[in-house]
Amino acid sequence: MTESPSAEVRPAGRRALLVELPDDERTGAFHAELLRRRAAGTLPPVEEIVPGARTVLLDGVTDPEELARRIAGWDLPSHAADDGAMVDIPVRYDGPDLAHVAALWGIGADEVATRHSSYTYRVAFCGFAPGFGYLTGLPAELHVPRRDTPRTRVPAGAVALAGPYSAVYPRSTPGGWQLIGTMPDPAPLWDLTREEPALLTPGTRVRFVPQDRTP
Amino acid sequence: MKAELAVVRSGALTTVQDRGRRGHAHLGVPRSGALDAPAMNLANRLLGNAPDAAVLETTLTGCALRPDHGVTVVVGGAPCPVTVDGRPAAWGVPVRVPAGAVLNVGAVTSGVRSYVAVAGGIAVEPVLGSRSADLLSGLGPAPLRDGDVLPLGTPARQPALPAGAPWPAPPTELTLPLRLGPRADWFASAALHTLTSATYRVSQHSNRIGLRTEGPSLARVSAGELPSEGMVLGAVQVPPDGRPVVFLHDHPTTGGYPVIGVVAEAALAVAAQAAAGTPVRFTLG
Repeated sequence: MTESPSAEVRPAGRRALLVELPDDERTGAFHAELLRRRAAGTLPPVEEIVPGARTVLLDGVTDPEELARRIAGWDLPSHAADDGAMVDIPVRYDGPDLAHVAALWGIGADEVATRHSSYTYRVAFCGFAPGFGYLTGLPAELHVPRRDTPRTRVPAGAVALAGPYSAVYPRSTPGGWQLIGTMPDPAPLWDLTREEPALLTPGTRVRFVPQDRTP
Repeated sequence: MKAELAVVRSGALTTVQDRGRRGHAHLGVPRSGALDAPAMNLANRLLGNAPDAAVLETTLTGCALRPDHGVTVVVGGAPCPVTVDGRPAAWGVPVRVPAGAVLNVGAVTSGVRSYVAVAGGIAVEPVLGSRSADLLSGLGPAPLRDGDVLPLGTPARQPALPAGAPWPAPPTELTLPLRLGPRADWFASAALHTLTSATYRVSQHSNRIGLRTEGPSLARVSAGELPSEGMVLGAVQVPPDGRPVVFLHDHPTTGGYPVIGVVAEAALAVAAQAAAGTPVRFTLG
């Protein structure tokens, strides 16, 4: 293992490295730095750059040990630059768990929309399903637990909360998150006809824009 | 007119596979692709197919197919009886199937997955650069169903590998060389000793997502939750029940259970042919 003040590099087999950062800010900053170096042609070939909550996986690397030594010498920024693409997600705040979340937040159900949409979020990482982004940006006092019993079916477009994350379900799946709203047209979240099929790629900044309840 | 292949009997699980999807893991897209890639590659080379030609991957019970034009096929991977219109045909070498005849790929005699390559490849529409069926996220063509009709590509005029290349036999016991990490420190040293000294067995609940094992449970040092992190092919993930799961090609791209070690990719093709009950040993290396 290679230690540096801000990044710990862990082995992940013969062709990969898992780089662990102290917090999600520095994870986002390190991810952005990797993309910047890749675009500039100063990163050795890497097949996959996969951010997680506190980590970035570099997979498909010819010489992981050499790359680990390089990374140890990087001077890493402590904050992600606020220059990711900005995406607006229209939301009807009409989810079945709205009242429950409002109670956990100690506010009225009609105030959840204003509160939730007052923050700018960032896609920390993807997983669970293609195009499913885990969005950070909700302050710690508004984090809510998952539901005790997952739903067997969460509709596509559901806007949901769990732990530190907000998300929008790109397709109908089972799910245990608290549902607070609906993106009226979820098709853009995952569109295979586009060059970039996912709307919410890691590093993208996101604003939720409340819509009228009656479409 | 393009040749087509009708599915007479889809079997327990038959999917279209090629070399898989790369470069989309950060969007939550698994790599997918043939689990026994060397078997797929050999079948394609025996036909002179391009290395990215898509094949069919069967599971235990084979499948039956009827081309509307005469085609040349190779059935390889897990050994199984092969017939053309009921008459025995050769396994592991090119076989001519006349127009309208039924190619039957029988139940495996050992191993798990047979591969059916057709000259020209299975020409379903690619999704994100691959024709592979991804059973975790549902990308690519759905598993075959009786009555499906698959488009075939134009046979290449490349020289084919001469028949006679050996097909490795499916394993009677499985040795999985692994390197520790990234989360070996989540486990007690006794668990590391157990992993590399005990005999596990392949669980019948294994699938394209992971090779599940039965055997002694691996105890963690801490019971905390691991924030979701990227997962590699061959990762040995340890869920709360303590039984290691070796991630195969349809594995999730991120996960929250600690990975004690990573199995070398070359061993995974062998793992894909290890039937339920096969003894498994993990070795360091």
